[in-house]
Amino acid sequence: MPMKKLLRFIFFAVIVKLVVMLILGLNIRHRTRLPQAGPAILVANHNSHLDTLVLISLLPLALLPRIRPVAAMDYFLRNKYLAWFAEHIIGILPLARKGFARGEDPFAGIKASLAAGDILILFPEGTRGEPESLNKFKSGVARIAEGAPEVPIVPIYLHGLGKALPKGEALLVPFFCDVFIGEAVPWEGNRHNFVEKLENKMSALANEGKFAQWE
Amino acid sequence: MMMQSNVAWMLGGIFAILIISSILVIVLQQKKPTKDYTELSQRVRSWWVMVMVFTLAIVFSRTVSLLFFALISFLALKEYLSLIPTRRADRRVLFWAYLTVPIQYYWVANAWYGMFIIFIPIYAFLFLPTRMILIGETKDFLRAAGTLHWGLMITVFSLSHMAFLLMLPAENNPGAGGAGLVLFLVFLTQFNDVAQYTWGKIFGKTPIVPTVSPKKTWEGFGGGVITSIFCAILLAPLLTPLSFPQAIFAGLLISCGGFIGDVIISAVKRDIGVKDSGSLLPGHGGILDRIDSLTYTAPLFFHFIYYLHY
Repeated sequence: MPMKKLLRFIFFAVIVKLVVMLILGLNIRHRTRLPQAGPAILVANHNSHLDTLVLISLLPLALLPRIRPVAAMDYFLRNKYLAWFAEHIIGILPLARKGFARGEDPFAGIKASLAAGDILILFPEGTRGEPESLNKFKSGVARIAEGAPEVPIVPIYLHGLGKALPKGEALLVPFFCDVFIGEAVPWEGNRHNFVEKLENKMSALANEGKFAQWE
Repeated sequence: MMMQSNVAWMLGGIFAILIISSILVIVLQQKKPTKDYTELSQRVRSWWVMVMVFTLAIVFSRTVSLLFFALISFLALKEYLSLIPTRRADRRVLFWAYLTVPIQYYWVANAWYGMFIIFIPIYAFLFLPTRMILIGETKDFLRAAGTLHWGLMITVFSLSHMAFLLMLPAENNPGAGGAGLVLFLVFLTQFNDVAQYTWGKIFGKTPIVPTVSPKKTWEGFGGGVITSIFCAILLAPLLTPLSFPQAIFAGLLISCGGFIGDVIISAVKRDIGVKDSGSLLPGHGGILDRIDSLTYTAPLFFHFIYYLHY
């Protein structure tokens, strides 16, 4: 096994497992709805850097080489150390948020990755928003679904990680976190409807928990 | 740590009870295949896991035992703080609250009784609100400070009494040492839970605290008390230095205390609006659901025996 792949495996098998199972602790509902193999897309709300680690830890380690979180190029590749960590340890699939040439497909990388059978992690809110509140989804997710209509897109609602490690904080405070997995949302030919359906699914999952506002 | 034969006998007895329960579940399932025994068999399976983990923690070494009890306090506190509404401003205060767990168990590990008994009721009680003041958020201040300290008392202070039993001088209990006291406390508390539940299932009629826990009945409670006193009389000579009348009182203390601890956590869950405190233990719920009774019996039993024999 090449060195970087080994490091990635150790990082997720030891450090992430320890943080996720001991310091945080997950309360998972509907685990059987998770995809067993790629290609697939996990779509989640985004409150914390921990989101990606928790989502990756939901799937068996055997699938790890196939899992690629889609992440903003301008944020994660802004310096070379972070870029090395993001690319080789987290295994991100960098996505440019702006600055395309005319006619260039910003989702070409994603399409190629899905074609190769990868499991992608996608945060359609675009960024980590205010902790513990849902934001509007961007339309990119619908364009990806349109380009790969047979790939299952599984919505996952995360709660509590924004309390444990919100945007702009470096101190991790332990909390049990809830992970509610929804049924895959099928592509039915309309971008606008697809985003709306995905958003409704996500709010429905959020309402399963009856969580109080965090203020 | 050498395991004393009395402790070994007791652990053997507990495993025998588990084996009998498992056989009973299988027989029930075969006799009435139409009835659903999923929850019961899930519960028994969780008991197996809990008893095995607990046995390993007790027999390995005292350090392992203390780390195990500290872990239970940490998990219980985490479950509590994840359940209750906390303020966004208090994130860092909560971090300090978590730090009380290793500190409290450090006092236990050093058998520093004076510090162990005042650290949370005094120092944590005074310090955490100070830290809150430094952040400066006054909205819901009293609720935040109050719920935080109550949680620390229940999950850290109360439960650490169970760990301190291990540090009491072994020569005062030559038959079984500190491990014997822990076994006596934990077995009686858990067995009392099961006994109250079972008596209630069979004979339960008159609700005892209907608004808090509608399934708890006087019949279940009474049956549990008698069963626990009986068990205490049987086990006290094996595991504790308690005399016959003291054993009766210990049984009464643990069964009544266990009942109150149980319904207190029920009241908290009802207040928050959840059924189970978590999903850590299939069939039981969360860790608070399992240790609710211990939060009362551990300090009550500790101070009872500490006053009489140490």
